[in-house]
Amino acid sequence: MELAWLGLLFPLLGALLNGLLGRSVLSKRAVSGIGPGAVGLAFGVAVWVWLDLLKRPPEERSVTLKLFDWIAVGGLDAPVSLLIDPLSVVMMLVVTGVGFLIHVYSVGYMGHDPDYPRYFAWLNLFTFSMLLLVMADNFLLLFVGWELVGLCSYLLIGFWFTRPSAAAAAKKAFITTRVGDFGFMVGLLLIFATFGTFSYGPIFEQAPQVLSPGLATAITLLLFAGAVGKSAQIPLHVWLPDAMEGPTPVSALIHAATMVTAGVYLVARAHVLYELAPVSMAVVAAVGVVTAFFAATIALVNPDIKRVLAYSTISQLGYMFLAAGVGAYAAGLFHLTSHAFMKALLFLAAGSVMHALGGEETDMRRMGGLNRHLPTTWKVFLIGALAMSGVPPLVGFFSKELILEEAFVLGHAGFWLLGLITAGLTAFYMLRAHFLTFHGAPRYDAKSVHPHESPPVMLWPLRALAALTVVGGALWLSIVDFAPFERFLEPVFRAEPAMEARPALALGKGALIALSLGAAAAGIGLAWLLYIKGWRPAAGLRRLGRPLYALLDNKYYVDELYYALFVAPGRALAELLSGPVDRGLLDGLVNGVGRLVDRVGGALRRVESGYIRAYLDWVLVGTLIVLVLLYVYAWGWSWGWGGGGR
Amino acid sequence: MSVALEFALTAEDLWAMAPLLVVTGFALFVLILDLFLRPEPERKGPLVWASLVGVGAALVANAVAPAPSGTWVQGMLRVDLVSKFLNTVFLLGAGLAVLLSAGYVERQGIARGEYYCLLLFSTVGAMLMGMSADLVLLFLGLETLSIPLYILATFFKRRPASQEAGLKYFLLGAFSSALFLYGIALVYGATGTTQLAEVGARLPEALGRAPGLVYAGLGLLIVGLGFKAAAVPFHTWAPDVYEGAPTSVTAFMAVAAKAAAFAAFLRVLLGAGTGTGAVPSASASAWLSELATAWAPLIALLAVLTMVLGNVVAVVQLNLKRLLAYSSIAHAGYLLIALVAMGAGTPATAADATAALLFYLLVYTLMTLGAFGAVVVAEGEGRSENPSLSDLAGLGARHPWLAGMLALFLVSLAGLPPTAGFFAKFYVFKAAIESGPLGLALAIVGVLTSVISVYYYLRVAYYAVVARPAADADADASAERPFYASGTVWVGLGVAALLVLALGLYPTWVVESLVQGLSAATAAWALP
Repeated sequence: MELAWLGLLFPLLGALLNGLLGRSVLSKRAVSGIGPGAVGLAFGVAVWVWLDLLKRPPEERSVTLKLFDWIAVGGLDAPVSLLIDPLSVVMMLVVTGVGFLIHVYSVGYMGHDPDYPRYFAWLNLFTFSMLLLVMADNFLLLFVGWELVGLCSYLLIGFWFTRPSAAAAAKKAFITTRVGDFGFMVGLLLIFATFGTFSYGPIFEQAPQVLSPGLATAITLLLFAGAVGKSAQIPLHVWLPDAMEGPTPVSALIHAATMVTAGVYLVARAHVLYELAPVSMAVVAAVGVVTAFFAATIALVNPDIKRVLAYSTISQLGYMFLAAGVGAYAAGLFHLTSHAFMKALLFLAAGSVMHALGGEETDMRRMGGLNRHLPTTWKVFLIGALAMSGVPPLVGFFSKELILEEAFVLGHAGFWLLGLITAGLTAFYMLRAHFLTFHGAPRYDAKSVHPHESPPVMLWPLRALAALTVVGGALWLSIVDFAPFERFLEPVFRAEPAMEARPALALGKGALIALSLGAAAAGIGLAWLLYIKGWRPAAGLRRLGRPLYALLDNKYYVDELYYALFVAPGRALAELLSGPVDRGLLDGLVNGVGRLVDRVGGALRRVESGYIRAYLDWVLVGTLIVLVLLYVYAWGWSWGWGGGGR
Repeated sequence: MSVALEFALTAEDLWAMAPLLVVTGFALFVLILDLFLRPEPERKGPLVWASLVGVGAALVANAVAPAPSGTWVQGMLRVDLVSKFLNTVFLLGAGLAVLLSAGYVERQGIARGEYYCLLLFSTVGAMLMGMSADLVLLFLGLETLSIPLYILATFFKRRPASQEAGLKYFLLGAFSSALFLYGIALVYGATGTTQLAEVGARLPEALGRAPGLVYAGLGLLIVGLGFKAAAVPFHTWAPDVYEGAPTSVTAFMAVAAKAAAFAAFLRVLLGAGTGTGAVPSASASAWLSELATAWAPLIALLAVLTMVLGNVVAVVQLNLKRLLAYSSIAHAGYLLIALVAMGAGTPATAADATAALLFYLLVYTLMTLGAFGAVVVAEGEGRSENPSLSDLAGLGARHPWLAGMLALFLVSLAGLPPTAGFFAKFYVFKAAIESGPLGLALAIVGVLTSVISVYYYLRVAYYAVVARPAADADADASAERPFYASGTVWVGLGVAALLVLALGLYPTWVVESLVQGLSAATAAWALP
């Protein structure tokens, strides 16, 4: 347990080794060993810590490990210390476990890239940053991890920085999350101003006594602003679809293990504060469910396989926030875990498809009929798609069902209904993606492209993730009341809402499940009808749907809206500032100061005439000044002593 | 007065002197060893190793010698936390200077045996200054430090610039030594003793009897040390000497002479009262309460002048060594701030300020030697005696690690995180602000002038890391400027870079232990 910091050390060492020596000293084999190996070792540490935690009685499963004092100045005390409790262990397992598979997959996927060592260095750094974020035991250290994650996402999305689109996407991701981070930072300062510390323990202990409802609402909403940015919720979701410009395994890492889950983790970690602010809880739930629905509708029509998956991620994150917002943190965490399995699987499978088609193709309109060429990829993608759609007994069914159920029984019927509709939409777009990619007639250029299955090093991670997706549901079989996952997290989320607050069930559990299954079946069936059977709706219906389609196809014009609202005025302002204000006024000032310094320096330089007698003069003048000053002082001071001077 | 006649050396005395004896012994050993080596420069390798072993042995002796804190050798030598820390700084500086010198002096054809011997003797002088409990010993230390430096500055026998540097340094140094000595005489005249603790004890009485004598003495002591520290307006020698002397000597001079001067400032101004020791508490408080109000504003004035002039003139320098010379002048200003903070505050803040000063000296030693290391690398064989900024162009392409380390030192000199230089400035400014309004004003000037310094430091970094050598029309396009990075330079710069980074990431490691050790001592001061 005391050695949990090793989990941080290994990825950091891996990043340093590959980053500093990867190009010059290490062979490619060594790089391929170090990159995944470091994360594999970290996973081993996580498992070991987890087993260690299991040995303890539940109420003792929270350990703080102080590594060293980082900053201790005045009233600010920021130790570098780690918090090991069920919540952080679950996150560690997800980050390192799924992360490890993605690293292994990358060995095959990125094998031909000339910047292979740099890739692994940043990938390892990404893992390290996320681990730091989830293992920190105070908000300041969490913020360090949070910012490092942002930096790594920038570096990796812009990995192929020579492509303008990749550079722009990286910038967009960084700047958009920055908007949320600003709120986050203000929230942190508010926390510090209120509690005088950044450490979780004292803050969560004192919060009920110290925080007024208004202050609690302010702090939690500000923290949520950060979460919205990192987890790509409305209105800061725009960066995630563009983040596809990075290598596909990076997308998998961002979507499944690191980065976007940070926001959910933050809300879960700070749930004590959120429970003091019902308004914030409602906001979190509402933003979550609206995002879930909204992103799902965009995914219905998008032709790009990676973008469909990206919007699906936004949508699923919305579910997690819905769960957190209604107080079902364990359910949210469970969906986070199950989503990590499913989404990593789907992304890596999508990467395998791209690999098969030459590496760049993401447009599903130029795919189709690939099931014959990619037997393994085809199967695992289907498993992922079905799991995402909520088909039992795959893991996605359990986690999504749990959230909807909790939302319903905790009295949020409206949210539940929207979530249910979203579930149907999810089933439709997932299967649509599957059918368009793997079924029907080939639409790629069969003359120039010869699809081939990926190498084993890419397929084995896929198989492992598919296996997790199939058996992961065992973590939470709430139907037979066997829920080890929830049991494990119980010490963290002790303050579950009281049972008596739950309204009488208007619908039984069975009915809820039936409705969910019905929604999934409807979505899958519609997709099957449209894309396998080739059914075309009547012309009148199509005409009616056309404006809606255009709206969805253009992603509700949010990017355009932001451009018009922020970018264009910003640019105009920038031009104004850079022209008359900066070049005229400020540059003038700065250059003036610079020229002044230059002049003064030039003048003072003449002191250095090179003549020894001139130098001696300076020393003499200085000595005289010193003595005169001291004497003036002595006279003034020793008057009372009797007789100044000598 | 007849003390000197019945001279008896105890075991503790010997232990207290152990680091000094080790360095002196190795200096003599180097001199003798040289007799058995052939005169070619390439054959002088054993001298480097002997010097390094000597420095290492002295570091060990300094760390483990069982000399209790206190005053030894007839009230001459002080052993306390301050002296131990200062010795570490001096020895570290000497070791790094030897590493930087090894390849350089060979290449320049000045690898004569006495080079390392003089370097070690000079180190002994600096250590003596840091350990002195008596003004006479302080003066001896000052001369032991300076005279080898005068000789080393002239080591380029055939270069007029080097001869000029040595002569200037010597003449001006002799002048300032005379002033310093005169100051000692006046203090002796006023108090009847040269022992610093005694001086402090008799000060109230002396101030009543002959205040003029005391103030004149104090003023001359400040001038003498201000000269060694290159504080404005006593800095005039520094740019010429730094430029003319062999670069490896300049590097050592910039750190050893400056650190030694501040060690002496510490001893003189605070009456040897700081540190863990059995000094009568009254003595320290006497200096502090009665004279600090006099010297603190004066030093503050010097600090402002030094910071402003050093940084402003550095901006217009294109010659690397001159630029670093002005940089070292500017840093003397920041160190003076720490002195003011020591004098102007309460004993509690004085401990913080002392710790800040010591930490700054350590960091300054590392980063300045590192930066001079780059000049050593860039300096060719006779072709360009004096590298300018543009001569660094291409370093980044040829030796990316070297350029990176240089950039690290420069960033540290500019005082930007995450380097040690940031925390060095941070602690000094913090101590200054805590000490009162005077300190606050100084801290503001310090921050503003630091901003200026960022400009010229980063310009050097730009040339080293980014800039490509200008394609001269007359120069052969294929003949890129050569850089000389010998193995020892790599080791020296690597060690310095690691320490600069480590102290920048985790400064409390050093500072906390210093503050604790010092406040334990100052707690006994008991000011009225």
